[in-house]
Amino acid sequence: MSQQAKMNIVVCAKQVPDTKNITGQAMKDDGTVNRSALPAVFNPEDLNAVEAALELRDRFGGTVHVLTMGPPTASEILRESLYRGADHVYLITDRRAAASDTLATSYILACAVKKLKPDIVLCGRQAIDGDTAQVGPQLAEKLGFTLITYLEEIVAMDKAVIKVKRNIGNGWEVVKARLPVLLTVMDSANTPRPRAAKRIMKYKKAAVKSELMKKIDEKLPMDYAADVKEAECQKACGQLAEKGLLIQQWNLEDIGADLAWCGMSGSPTKVHRIQSIVLKGGQYKEFPASDDGVNKLVGELIEDHTIG
Amino acid sequence: MIEVNRQGEVWVFAEQEEGKLSDVPLELLTKARELAGKLNVHVAAVLLGKGVAAIAEKLSAHGADKVYVVDDDKLAHYQTASYMKVVCDLIRKHKPQICLYGATPIGRDLAPTIASAMKCGLTADCTDLQIGDHADPATKENHKNLLLQIRPAFGGNIIATIVNPHRWPQMATVREGVMAMSQADANRKGKIVAVASGLEKFELPVELVESHRRPKKVNLKAARIIVAGGAGVGSKDGFRMLFDLANLLGGAVGGSRAAVDLGFVDHDHQIGQTGTTVRPALYIAVGLSGAVQHRAGMQESAKILAINNDREAPILSIAHYGIVGDLNIVVPKLIKTIRAGAGVK
Repeated sequence: MSQQAKMNIVVCAKQVPDTKNITGQAMKDDGTVNRSALPAVFNPEDLNAVEAALELRDRFGGTVHVLTMGPPTASEILRESLYRGADHVYLITDRRAAASDTLATSYILACAVKKLKPDIVLCGRQAIDGDTAQVGPQLAEKLGFTLITYLEEIVAMDKAVIKVKRNIGNGWEVVKARLPVLLTVMDSANTPRPRAAKRIMKYKKAAVKSELMKKIDEKLPMDYAADVKEAECQKACGQLAEKGLLIQQWNLEDIGADLAWCGMSGSPTKVHRIQSIVLKGGQYKEFPASDDGVNKLVGELIEDHTIG
Repeated sequence: MIEVNRQGEVWVFAEQEEGKLSDVPLELLTKARELAGKLNVHVAAVLLGKGVAAIAEKLSAHGADKVYVVDDDKLAHYQTASYMKVVCDLIRKHKPQICLYGATPIGRDLAPTIASAMKCGLTADCTDLQIGDHADPATKENHKNLLLQIRPAFGGNIIATIVNPHRWPQMATVREGVMAMSQADANRKGKIVAVASGLEKFELPVELVESHRRPKKVNLKAARIIVAGGAGVGSKDGFRMLFDLANLLGGAVGGSRAAVDLGFVDHDHQIGQTGTTVRPALYIAVGLSGAVQHRAGMQESAKILAINNDREAPILSIAHYGIVGDLNIVVPKLIKTIRAGAGVK
């Protein structure tokens, strides 16, 4: 498989709020999500995408790049990717990218992904915070890559033609396509490998510049001049870079994104209204969990011809 | 994108496989009629495939004033690139104001690709669609008669209404079963518009090597009684008694997303926003808290019986009957009582 030795594989991953643990402070007044109020996790199917990328590299050779967009704290999933075997990781972080809908998000990701000149891009099928499954297909369209959704299995690759099995809801099919392709990965495609202890030791100090700056802000007194702090930060970045532990951080200029297509202005969908859930109460009858209670309930269901 | 076009039609993507329509485009046509009625415009179905002209009539009978039929060998099997090209060409030419797609594996592949190519908005898995006005909070501009795209969001703790004021068409996907389907009216005749695919020089990027389809294991939509379990059922073994109860009642077994994710029951059984939407005569919810995404898929059940050990579980607030207690005690009692009482009627 030497012809694929230089294959570039890019995974787009997302850190998501753990939607199972939502508190009242989770929503901002404008109806968008206050992510900082929630525990954050690696989007589950993105871990399957990382695993598929590592499998591709292990079988056919190549380099695995993992990319995410989010606040500096999203670097956590990049470290998680390094622990599992990713070769290079990148953070796109820019306040002007906030409030991007799926279209603006896919535009920004496309700008960054193009810099890495991939042959294969992998995304999780969908993220648990929105469940839209839209960013993968939209990213493929923006890149002009052939889209193959719902990956179940990488069957083979030969002469830059990939053969995969995909889940089509009521069954499966095997398809072939010439690279470059974008694959969206199902949770059933694989079991993500655990973090490697050696790699945890090696990469636990890996960080982006913003994380280093935050530490310096916490350490130095408030009245320190900004340029002194910046110099401190540059020094810290240099030290980390020497060890190969400085995670690349990109803003929208770095990836050549047109601001008109990013964030709020790049998002055609707007929030019209957010409603809290109000349950509609009906005529409710409760029965005790006893033999008698169950008897009465069944009697009633039979009486009104619901069962029987 | 296309500009705002108030005369634009309301479109439904008429997904078909091997010349067979599923229910979802017919359900969407019913909703499209309602939306188009408010906007005073026509409803059109967009039908792509090979040898599909025969099903155009069915789309008319279900409410399409017009059916755009694109028949081409290259459209015999769905694939993203060719379908996207044909639909985008049609959108650019006819400028519909609304495009609806089933949130099926194909619809969830095609609709976002079209949204990206057209640089327009798309809302996934809507549980309701309405027409209404939207005032932009920043510019105070008032947009009349937009498509209000309603869906649970963010772990189901809120219901979000999304609009797309500027960059049209306004597009949404809807899960099968979410919209009610009206009766077909065989006397209803629509206009059939045959359209050339424009794919003569188009090379299909994906080659289909092998394909296996299996019928669904369970038909939840047809079931009169559904016994549904949640995470509280605790295990795959725990679901056995739900199957026992369902068999006894001549019903089907459903599961919440949590129960499916935990592997207690197969995905075919999933009820809710990302599963099947059902309206049975009786819905028995066992060990199932009733997150809003789940309720979105079952709250129109005629009768709801909830068995839960948590008095605060949201499912109890929409239930007609409730038993607060240990399901491992209550369900066997229920099975025993129904067995004994089967002849009471």
